[in-house]
Amino acid sequence: MRTIHRLAGIALLAFTSAAMATVNILACEPEWGALATELGGDKVSVYNATTALQDPHHIQAKPSLLARARSADLVVCTGSQLEIGWLPILLQQSGNPRLQPGQPGNFEATSFVRMLELPSSVDRSQGDVHPGGNPHIQTDPRNIALVAAALAKRLEQIAPSDAAVFQARYRDFSSRWQTAMTRWQAVAAPLKGLPIVVQHKGFPYLEDWLGLREVAALEPKPGVEPSSAYLTEVLAQLAQRPARLIIRAAYNDGRPSEWLAQRAHIPAVELPFTVGGSDKAGDLFGLFDDTLQRLLTAVK
Amino acid sequence: MLNCRTLASLALTTLAYSAHAAPAADLQQIREEIAQLRANYEARISDLEVRLKQAEQRADNVTPAGDTSPNLSAAAPQPAAATSGNAAFNPAISLILSGQYATLSRDPTGFRLAGFRLPTDVRAELAPQRGFSLSESELGISANIDHLFAGALNFAIHPDNTVSTEEAYMQTTALASGLTVKAGRYFSAIGYMNEQHAHAWDFVDAPLPYQAFLGGQFGDDGIQVRWLAPTDLFVETGFEAGRGANYPGTDRNKNGAGATAIYLHVGGDIGIENSWRAGLSRLATSPRNRDWTEVDGAGNDVTGSFSGSSRLLIADAVWKWAPNGNPYRTNFKLQGEYFRRSENGVQAMTVASALAPNVGNYSTAQSGWYVQGLYQWAPTWRGGLRSERLETNRLDDGANNGTLINPDHSPSRNSLVIDYQPSEFSRLRLQFARDRSQPGVADNQLYVQYLMSIGAHGAHKF
Repeated sequence: MRTIHRLAGIALLAFTSAAMATVNILACEPEWGALATELGGDKVSVYNATTALQDPHHIQAKPSLLARARSADLVVCTGSQLEIGWLPILLQQSGNPRLQPGQPGNFEATSFVRMLELPSSVDRSQGDVHPGGNPHIQTDPRNIALVAAALAKRLEQIAPSDAAVFQARYRDFSSRWQTAMTRWQAVAAPLKGLPIVVQHKGFPYLEDWLGLREVAALEPKPGVEPSSAYLTEVLAQLAQRPARLIIRAAYNDGRPSEWLAQRAHIPAVELPFTVGGSDKAGDLFGLFDDTLQRLLTAVK
Repeated sequence: MLNCRTLASLALTTLAYSAHAAPAADLQQIREEIAQLRANYEARISDLEVRLKQAEQRADNVTPAGDTSPNLSAAAPQPAAATSGNAAFNPAISLILSGQYATLSRDPTGFRLAGFRLPTDVRAELAPQRGFSLSESELGISANIDHLFAGALNFAIHPDNTVSTEEAYMQTTALASGLTVKAGRYFSAIGYMNEQHAHAWDFVDAPLPYQAFLGGQFGDDGIQVRWLAPTDLFVETGFEAGRGANYPGTDRNKNGAGATAIYLHVGGDIGIENSWRAGLSRLATSPRNRDWTEVDGAGNDVTGSFSGSSRLLIADAVWKWAPNGNPYRTNFKLQGEYFRRSENGVQAMTVASALAPNVGNYSTAQSGWYVQGLYQWAPTWRGGLRSERLETNRLDDGANNGTLINPDHSPSRNSLVIDYQPSEFSRLRLQFARDRSQPGVADNQLYVQYLMSIGAHGAHKF
């Protein structure tokens, strides 16, 4: 017992000295890791819990994540129950009071944006619905801007000594982001009103931003695998209400959308969905550059 | 706000104008009314101004400076699902429904794990049942208690229509330095599987070493302290002190702890596709009058009672693999645990015909292991194999040697399982096992099981 106590003391010392240098951030998804790096620069050290090729609904509270949660000052997650399958247990077992819900070290991006697809009622027979609204907010750059503002404020709160750095970096990021958004808006003009099919209902924010029209989803219910019978139904439906392309996230299995693409004679497009989802989506700017480029190439 | 004020003054002017022709008394009354109205409006306007200021402050927190896109003006944090009054604080409730059908080629009456003298009630609980029965169904309630504590309760509904409290504990959430303290009734964190609830197991039943050494699963009433090291490698150590009333211990009328456990878990990732965890645990209990019943070679009932010390060591390891580290579609899990137990003390043995028990020393060294692998090849399909074995390395009855002939048999079993899981919340399972826990013919076991989860979404432990 005494040994444990002494060890804990040493650990505390080690931790405090580390915290003075940088803010330790555990980002649940790569887009928030990238945003934290944009805003924090060398004042933050970021560890991404998931990659763009991993479905953030279905990750486990792995030992490596527990170890990172233990010494993190801030956990930056999407929220709206996207991480319900692993984050609560990670926080509970981390022995880290800074990250508990309600603490400044617990940041949920969905608290700062306007949520879409808020269900009027929730029942598991409807599939994997999120009571707080659709959590895939990162596909709309306007949401990134909102979250950036909130995250910059949170960083200032956690490390007041570096507040000036975070403010300056935020102003810089914000102006570059505004410029990029204007550019994207112009480039994306031909996509307005484009009828699309989605594999998983993961794109309402992208649709809202670009004015895309979702005519069908390959999953019969959110999170439920498409059966071949259901795909045939979608194919028949597409004959009535044609779509121009099928989109899916980098971590989705490509087979259902490729199957449908062949038969409906429309292209299937894999979108990076988050930072790291394609070679060109190396950062947040690349993510939207590449997303738009892929969509525009497909409808050319 | 300006609008509001203009409207109000306009209304006042109109009132004043229409009152012009009225007699003096009325005029006075009207003036008073107007003054009152003005006071009312002033109060309401200043109230509105305060509220507007508050709203602006809130909006400032979310709207970045210089953002001009129109549909963002509506963007404000939305309140969570409408909840009011006490209902807003309702805890998370989860219900596991589980039932099974079993066909056993061997009569489960007299079920035994050869060489292991299990207490009668433990043996009855572990014995498989033929035909339809309820598997362990569970009701769980959990929530944060306040800013310092969280609490959880788990009832298990057993096939024989009894309900038991599997877990009921409080846990700290605000201790710093990686420390967590749990107190109450909980599943001990020894080994790998012990802390998992039965519905999270990959097979219908617990592996043979869990049955033989822990009576299926070891739960205790006590206190648990865990410490997570501040390293990038996962290193966790824990200590438990508890009542030790459950097998391999027994309830005792004594101050202090009847069971202590210590463990060390280490884990991490290798690349992006592999995760692992390994552990070492030690459980020490001191049973008093742990009673058992066996049958000797002549068919007589032999009862025994053991008092002494029981020391159990467990080494466990689990390795998980998924392409790109994305387990949703395809994944593989390999897990195994090795158990070694020594028990030393005195034992009173009574052969049914004898009048008085014969007391002698008792000393055993026993071991066991299981290894299982599960492969998921589609989001809805998974299959697995498990192999397990128990060994009695030494069994010394002292003065009672020869009363019971020790079976020259090491219990073993091989199982095959196939799972169909249409969603995260439902699972149908088919399991076939060839069980040689007793000497003689093997027991061919076929199980069909359902596992359904209702309510709060339970997070998955690694």
